[in-house]
Amino acid sequence: MSDSSLSVPELVVLPRRRFLRRSAWTQPLGLVGLALLVAIVLMAVFAPWLSAHGPIEQGAKRFLAPSSEHWFGTDQLGRDVFARVIYGARVSLPYALQLVIMASVIGTIAGAIAGYFGGWIDGVIMRAADLVMAFPDIILAMAVVAALGPGLFNAVLAVVVVSWPIYARVVRSMLLTIRDEPYVQSSRLLGISSARALWVDVRPNVVGPLIVLAALEFGHAVLILAGLSFLGLGAQPPAPEWGSMVSDGSKYFDKWWLSVFPGLAVLLVVLAANFVGDTLRDALDPRTAKAFR
Amino acid sequence: MIKFRSAWYALPNLVRFLVRRLFVGALLCLGITFVSFALTQVVPGDPVSANLGDRAASDPEIVAAFRARYGLDKPIPEQYLLYVERLFHGDLGEAQQTHRPVTTDLAQYLPATIELASAAMILALVFGISLGVIAAIKRDGWPDQVIRIVSLAGVSVPTFWLALVTLYVFFFKLGIAPGVGRLNPGGKAPPAITNMFTIDSLLTGQWATFGTAVSHIVLPALVLAIYTVGSITRFTRAAMLESLNQDYVRSARAKGLPERTVILRHAMRPALAAIVTVAGMAFGRMLSGTVLVESVFSWPGIGQYAYKSALALDLRAIMGVSLVVAVIYIVVNMAVDLIYALIDPRIRLG
Amino acid sequence: MSSQLAKPPLLSIEGLTISLPTAEGHRAEAVRGVDLAIGRGEIVGLAGESGSGKTLTALSVLGLLPGGARSGGRIFFEERDLLASGRAARAVRGSEVAMVFQDPMTALHPMLSIGRQMTEHVRFHLHLSQHAADAVAVEMLDRVRIPNPREAMTRYPHQFSGGMRQRIAIASALAAGPKLLIADEPTTALDVTVQAGILRLIEGLRRELQLSVLLITHDLGVMSALADRVYVMYAGRVVERGARSDVLALPRHPYTRGLLDALPHGSPSDHPLRALPGSPPAIGRFPVGCAFHPRCRFAEDICRADVPDLMPVAPGRVIACPIDPLMAVPA
Repeated sequence: MSDSSLSVPELVVLPRRRFLRRSAWTQPLGLVGLALLVAIVLMAVFAPWLSAHGPIEQGAKRFLAPSSEHWFGTDQLGRDVFARVIYGARVSLPYALQLVIMASVIGTIAGAIAGYFGGWIDGVIMRAADLVMAFPDIILAMAVVAALGPGLFNAVLAVVVVSWPIYARVVRSMLLTIRDEPYVQSSRLLGISSARALWVDVRPNVVGPLIVLAALEFGHAVLILAGLSFLGLGAQPPAPEWGSMVSDGSKYFDKWWLSVFPGLAVLLVVLAANFVGDTLRDALDPRTAKAFR
Repeated sequence: MIKFRSAWYALPNLVRFLVRRLFVGALLCLGITFVSFALTQVVPGDPVSANLGDRAASDPEIVAAFRARYGLDKPIPEQYLLYVERLFHGDLGEAQQTHRPVTTDLAQYLPATIELASAAMILALVFGISLGVIAAIKRDGWPDQVIRIVSLAGVSVPTFWLALVTLYVFFFKLGIAPGVGRLNPGGKAPPAITNMFTIDSLLTGQWATFGTAVSHIVLPALVLAIYTVGSITRFTRAAMLESLNQDYVRSARAKGLPERTVILRHAMRPALAAIVTVAGMAFGRMLSGTVLVESVFSWPGIGQYAYKSALALDLRAIMGVSLVVAVIYIVVNMAVDLIYALIDPRIRLG
Repeated sequence: MSSQLAKPPLLSIEGLTISLPTAEGHRAEAVRGVDLAIGRGEIVGLAGESGSGKTLTALSVLGLLPGGARSGGRIFFEERDLLASGRAARAVRGSEVAMVFQDPMTALHPMLSIGRQMTEHVRFHLHLSQHAADAVAVEMLDRVRIPNPREAMTRYPHQFSGGMRQRIAIASALAAGPKLLIADEPTTALDVTVQAGILRLIEGLRRELQLSVLLITHDLGVMSALADRVYVMYAGRVVERGARSDVLALPRHPYTRGLLDALPHGSPSDHPLRALPGSPPAIGRFPVGCAFHPRCRFAEDICRADVPDLMPVAPGRVIACPIDPLMAVPA
């Protein structure tokens, strides 16, 4: 490979910018994060096999401390906290994923339009992004929830409103740098339409960084949804949602296990996502990484 | 027009920079009124029934009077203008819970939040910058690895949960932290000057109150700071690594300056300029985070106010809070731009 | 020139080796046994393409090698071994040995005033008051012909042109009164019209301040304008050394000759302009034997087998080549 680096074929095959340096998969932190995420997803999928109790099953005594029978104790209604934490992944993860997908799709489209057309369209879209970013995310989400009524899906919609701009910014800045790369210029010279050039040449270079950004934002999505549920604006009882479990538990201050375990679950998921996202970001081409700030 | 342009370019760089930033800031503020108006319009609920009791809402005369008073009988663009006009007079409507003007409520709760957020920001800057600089100097060494994990944990931990856990451990179990609130139960607030208890007690020389106020603010401020510590650490590290790689740092070393000077003066300065910008944006996120921290620590600020209003689905009050926070965010970022301009002679002198 | 070398040299590098860590986790020798001496008041040119080890050699004198680099051999500066003791290296850095870098656009700190950058190391090394250091700085700015030096002290780098900035960088380097100035490609980043001015300035400062200069450049034109003696490096080794006029008039090593042929106004004027074939080897991929043999027109079997020693070919003149190209016929 390296011996032929000066030979002619490479001049004909236009080089693509590799978006990750190879080192990403040898980083222990990233691997730990990835393993954790996989474990948590498996835990969510196989919840019924992992737990002897159901998440809303009220069989046991109330407020039992952690024991070999109830690993994480039982809550104020005699439900098994371990079961609720395990099943909680089935609530938090899909909604967070939904949020990230919606925000990234909207943000990507907005950013692509802004970067592609430029001019006043760019100005309007990016000023709108600035505007939304000036609003405090949780408080604006509270307003949306107050308008639409509490519920996890409404919370997701609310957070989408405040989180698309980051994707728009990254996509736009990638577009602007890639637009001037020689191979994009050359396909332009070859008479390929700009829309097609955008799809063929630009897409492969934008997808990678977008995945990295989504990994980083996934953790944030879990956090903010848990926060809204903690405030009673997201998931409604009796759904086993981690944030609302912490909130319920906080009413019985001396029964620490009610709040500690669901909170730890949030911490673990977000930490795992951030380990992966941060490792990927480090492995990004430094020029690309700059757009993330 | 041409005359105007040449006059504009004749202005000093710094003035042009500031005017431009002020203009953008004003535009953003206008945009914010638009968003908040739009949000209050999409509300499915009828503002009439939301603001008047059931009995009043069934009386057509009162309803008509109410509609006329708030201009609800006018077309929407006109309503928007009326809305902006009312905003300018500080009229954000009446809060459902307190039955007081939202502006009055905000004025009461805002100082506590500003006090808490400022304390947290100071903590976040001190810890974040120090950790980031250490990580950059010890790049890839064990301090860097440890700091990386710590800072990632900082941006991963759910604030509301950390608030509960620290309260449980330091107050309930160890008894070394005071309980919730700004003062001990029954404690007397210092004379109102700024309504920030730490500052007021200092100004009036009430040392005992000052001590209590400080001891009460430490825990919530630390919890609120954690996320920002994480993000400022990561950013500082990146900015310092970039700066340490610059030719001018090599020049400073070649001049035989002590390493401390090279790092703290030559490498730090450009990094600081970048950090200041990020800190401005982080402040916005921090104000948002007060909702969660204040509700756990019973801190009577606008975060707790927003929380209570949200539970009551009082949109008017929440929009008041987000308007204030957005404006603070914009003003802080304008101040940040000014600081940046003062730090960087390339902007200051053109 | 030989009279200058009769006295003990100001700087004497003996058997310097520098190895760098590679991406694969090994180490690669980038400098492989360099001997170099600079007399007092002498300008020594160090020529070579990128990767030849010339800049690393210079940085090792200041103890500023990049992280992970390891060095061996000895560097004597006025009898003190700078490689043996970090303390000695730190003591001379900036005060007795100063350095000017290639790009004046980035070498000055963009956010510190010229005055600050001119005086902070002067105060540190000479223990002067701010006032006294200011006076030194103003005098030095005047010496490098910065107009209005007192006013210039309050300004910032972005307010000066590239040539002016390089003058300021030189003034700053010389403000603490060093005996040796290391100039790494001091004119490469500048316009041709500005280059001559900087070269004249260095020449003048050498006379006025009895300065020794180590001039690092890939440009033999710059070298011919300034240097008393010339060292040519290739792949981490010195391949030719001699008085400037001798080397440039009659290069003995095929590599030196190739470099000169590539110059538009190369000395052997009857030669057609000709670029050296190929490119210099990367660190860690130096060819076995004489590292230059793959690009050499005269290469024979012995060149591929053995590393040639530096052999004297005339008074003050050594080359590392077993084939004297003066006698040889190109293959």
